[in-house]
Amino acid sequence: MATAVGTVGQTTEQSKIWGWMTTVDHKKIAALYGVTGFFFFLVGGVEALLVRTQLAVPEGTVIDADLYNQLFSTHALTMIFLAIMPLGASFFNYFIPLQIGARDVAFPRLNALGYWMYLSGGVMLTLSFFFGGAPDGGWFGYAPLSSEAFSPGRNMDYYTVSLLILGTSSLISSLNFIVTIINMRAPGMTMMRLPVYMWMTLVVAFLLVLSLPVITVGLIQLYFDRNFGTSFFVPATGGDPILWQHIFWIFGHPEVYVLILPSMGIVSEVIPVMSRKPLFGYAAIVFAGAAIGVLGFGVWSHHMFTTGLGTVPQVVFSASTMAIGIPTGIKIFNWLGTMYGGNIRFNTAMYFAVGFIALFTIGGISGVMHASPAVDTQHQDTYFVVAHIHYVLFGGAIMGIFSGIYYWFPKITGRFLDESLGKLSFWIMFIGMNATFFPMHFLGVSGMPRRIYTYESGLGWDTWNLVATIGSYVLAFGVLIFLINFFKTMRQPQTAPDNPWGGSTLEWATTSPPPEHNFDVIPEVRDRDPLWYNRDHGIEPTPRPEHMHIHMPPPSYFPLVLAGGVALIGLGLLTHLGVAVAGALVVVYGVWGWALEPTE
Amino acid sequence: MGRSGPGRIIALVVSLGITLAVTAILYYWFRESAVLGSDFMSTMEPASDNADTIQDVYILIFWLAGAVFVGVLALTLAFSLMFKEQEGVEAVQTHGNSRLEILWTFIPVIIVVIMAVPTFDAIVQTEGDAPEGAHEVTAIGHQWWFEFEYPEEGIVTATDLHLQVGQPVQVSLLSDDVIHSFWVPRLMGKKDMMPGHENQLWFTPTETGVFLGQCAEFCGLSHAKMRFRVIVHSPEDYAAWVESAQAAAAEPEDELAQRGLEVFSNPASQCVACHTIEGVSSGDIGPNLTQVGSRSTLAGGWLDNTPENMADWIADPASVKPGSLMPDTGLSDEDIQAVVAYLQTLQ
Repeated sequence: MATAVGTVGQTTEQSKIWGWMTTVDHKKIAALYGVTGFFFFLVGGVEALLVRTQLAVPEGTVIDADLYNQLFSTHALTMIFLAIMPLGASFFNYFIPLQIGARDVAFPRLNALGYWMYLSGGVMLTLSFFFGGAPDGGWFGYAPLSSEAFSPGRNMDYYTVSLLILGTSSLISSLNFIVTIINMRAPGMTMMRLPVYMWMTLVVAFLLVLSLPVITVGLIQLYFDRNFGTSFFVPATGGDPILWQHIFWIFGHPEVYVLILPSMGIVSEVIPVMSRKPLFGYAAIVFAGAAIGVLGFGVWSHHMFTTGLGTVPQVVFSASTMAIGIPTGIKIFNWLGTMYGGNIRFNTAMYFAVGFIALFTIGGISGVMHASPAVDTQHQDTYFVVAHIHYVLFGGAIMGIFSGIYYWFPKITGRFLDESLGKLSFWIMFIGMNATFFPMHFLGVSGMPRRIYTYESGLGWDTWNLVATIGSYVLAFGVLIFLINFFKTMRQPQTAPDNPWGGSTLEWATTSPPPEHNFDVIPEVRDRDPLWYNRDHGIEPTPRPEHMHIHMPPPSYFPLVLAGGVALIGLGLLTHLGVAVAGALVVVYGVWGWALEPTE
Repeated sequence: MGRSGPGRIIALVVSLGITLAVTAILYYWFRESAVLGSDFMSTMEPASDNADTIQDVYILIFWLAGAVFVGVLALTLAFSLMFKEQEGVEAVQTHGNSRLEILWTFIPVIIVVIMAVPTFDAIVQTEGDAPEGAHEVTAIGHQWWFEFEYPEEGIVTATDLHLQVGQPVQVSLLSDDVIHSFWVPRLMGKKDMMPGHENQLWFTPTETGVFLGQCAEFCGLSHAKMRFRVIVHSPEDYAAWVESAQAAAAEPEDELAQRGLEVFSNPASQCVACHTIEGVSSGDIGPNLTQVGSRSTLAGGWLDNTPENMADWIADPASVKPGSLMPDTGLSDEDIQAVVAYLQTLQ
């Protein structure tokens, strides 16, 4: 097989790096996503610290208006597209096959392609700071500020091109996840026996498949407006800036659920296992998650209450937005119902899960408040909304991701993160997070607009800005302790048993870390909590057969070639179209080789 | 299951105590941030009829939000303490409880309905047409300053919007470049100023005084420095203001101001290319300066209107407001002093 075109012999000596570059193993790709995503989480954090440092005191002089606008825009883009989504994708990648009892995802090479495109998009977006300036028109890129007339530099071209690459990467992964979850479940795993985490993954994948095409069209239109003189969004020549807002938010609002639902899925795994009882109201949580996903497509104009929508649209979008509060409330009650009557093991994973409930609730409440235009027209574009989104995205999404890291770390690495350091980092992050973001509610109430690089003293904003800045340093210190914990733990021997927390889902049935083929024998599923069912009914796992003939997909470098071609096209769109043509040729070669690559 | 007897009661009391203490502190800080008085931008001190209408909804929703916060935080803490791991205790193996789940589906439904009814009522009241005979003014957003036109009175000014207490006003919102947002928190919720699309906003000021406003939609480099003031007068003061604003530009009286007029009018100084002074020039890029001496602030509301600030602003606009369209004219210090002396006479 080593002689076939485009395959890399698994048995030949190869460098470790080449192994990672050509891997199609979902667990290795998950690790790549995880490490890269965490790196960009730190990059986004540094951007946020610079923003907070500038705002610590009135009329700060640490950074100028131009750099400030680049930093707040890129902070949002980095955290959303380069940190939270990929960290989510990392867990999806690792645990979809393990939780549904499969050996890999449906399309392993597409999975690798998704990662390499994400990496190139991320590098492009981040390096833009050093090559002409990073995006400076907000993550929302409102027209006509994003047009060539008002943003003549390359900044907003980096925005369109890198988001196009990142969006395509997410689209590819999402299709892969949907096909995998629907088609590759172990025998007996009906849809209503899927772990809640898998359900949330499925909802997220559908949200992305349905919303990303919308923003893709919008970004291409914006690129054309800026570079080829079209006028989709330019009012001076008959375009409509409101059109961009509709396009952006039809994508942008489901995107919020793309960020939060995975963490809702994670805590729905952690809370029952640590409470040592089944999830309370499984069906309600699943349907509530799906309802949030569906309703999420009908609320986008609540981001536009101040644009002069008129009476009827305000009422309609206000009502639909309030309606989302109902399934969200159901979920919170069900998590609390799961804790009730439990015998709760309070380890770090559970700390973060309970922290998630408390903090996400605050963000959820302020979200429902803004469903009322009466409140929204006062709060929109003030720091109250900055507080709201950070309670949802940090208090919610990031707390959930940390819960997942502590929960699954022994499964992934075979090692336990240090619990003392873990709890210490939880408390420091918890205090820092609240000290940073709660005062922003007060700032919003006292009228401080967001996205301002400076403010005057004497408006009642000085104290809380200073508190928020100090809080952000505390928060960063908490993340630093996590990093220390990570590096310390990685030097320990692998001691984790298969199922250290007494989990009920299939990933705990295999070794820690799992073998490349995941399961020696594909398990049979008899209940929603298969391992607990087997435990309670005395069912022993099928013994490992003597001769295993497990066919695993061979590594391939074509995903890397294809992603490189796409990156070249992107580079060409930013520099010279000739480069894009060269990139297109590389893509054609990549697709050709990919299609003809033998799978044996 | 969990702690029993006294242990459970202690857990409940502790949770409720912590929750109420946290809530009380947060309430105090919210109040401190909301009750600020004049010269601030509180979103919770309405001074117009429509601001009052939305305030009633705002406060109702704030209390509902507080109730949910207290409930969820108290339960989270209580369950964490009550059901913390104990030796020899078994978790209760339940999968759910349909009756309970239906019940708690209704809790958010009820909260949402309580919010929705007054919300829709407030939308209809404030979004509808202005009352008959409302005074019409036009606000135009520019990078990075607000222009105000009074079509009936034939007045064009900038950065200070003068209104009359008790008189309904309909503000037509326009933009000359990118999207801006017209926001005076104490007078009304914000509304965007869209290029190529006219928005409307109306309210009736119920108090005299000065109300601070600021652009609330990110609009580029100096978004932070795009501010304005609404000055609400008594009817007599308002009439007096209209009369003075309609008067022709003042003639320079002393020698320095006379020289300032000459420098200003000289095309080489570039002033007349952008600025209008009635009877002197007719530029239409920058603010109309016919009454500039009477304004409270300069440079999009960032600087108080003092001769020193005006001189600094003219000498180096970009250092006051990054990206400002006003060029560095290269005038000598003497010329700048003369121009400032002249402009300050334009009351």
